[in-house]
Amino acid sequence: MNARHGVPGWMRWLMAGLLGCMMAFAVQAQGNLEIDTPAISALKSSMQKRHGQLAPLYASGAIGLAADGSIALRDASAVPLAQRGSVNALVAAENADRSALYREVARANQHPEWEADVRSTFAQRWIDRAPAGWWVQRGGSWVKK
Amino acid sequence: MPFFRIRSLLLAGSLALAASACVTINIYFPAAAAEKAADRIIDEVWQTHENQPPQAAPAEQGAGQ
Repeated sequence: MNARHGVPGWMRWLMAGLLGCMMAFAVQAQGNLEIDTPAISALKSSMQKRHGQLAPLYASGAIGLAADGSIALRDASAVPLAQRGSVNALVAAENADRSALYREVARANQHPEWEADVRSTFAQRWIDRAPAGWWVQRGGSWVKK
Repeated sequence: MPFFRIRSLLLAGSLALAASACVTINIYFPAAAAEKAADRIIDEVWQTHENQPPQAAPAEQGAGQ
C-alpha cells in the first residue's frame, strides 16, 4: 500500500518536533528564572532604598535574617526607645516587600505554587550571603555570623 | 490492516508519553535556577557586586587578624 510509508514518516517528523520543543523547554526551565518584570523591579528598588536604613540595624544585631526569608527584630534593646516605632515599621515594610517578591517571582514564571520554594531558596541565600557580624536564624536560634 | 494499526497505536502511545514528560519537567521547581535568581536580586538589593558568597577570602587583608 502507498499509505503504509506515508503516515509513519509524517508522525515521525511530528515526534521529532515535539521532542525538540520539549528539550528546549527543559533547558529554559533549568537555565534561568524570569525575574525581569516591572513588579519585581519595583520591589527590588524599594528594598534597595530601604537597605540603607536597615544595614546599621543588621550590623548592631537589632534585626536579623530569619529562617523563613523574612527579617525580624531580635534585640529591641539595641534600638533607642524613641526609634523603636520606626524600626518596627521598617521591618514590617521590608517583610511586606519580601513576601510580594517571592510571590511575584513565582508568578512571573507561571507557577504561583512555587512561592514557598522561592521563599525558602531566598531564605537560604540571604543567610548564606550575609556578611560577618550579622545575626541569622539557624535551626530555630539566632547566631552571629 | 492490523499491522498498520498496531504501529500507529505505538506511535500515538509514545507521543502521549513524550507530552506527559514535557509537563513533568516543567512542574519540578528549578532549584539551581532559583538560587541564581535569588543571588542576582540579593546583589542588587544589598549592592554587592560580586557573584561569590562573602566567604571568599579577601586578598588585600594581609595585615588583618
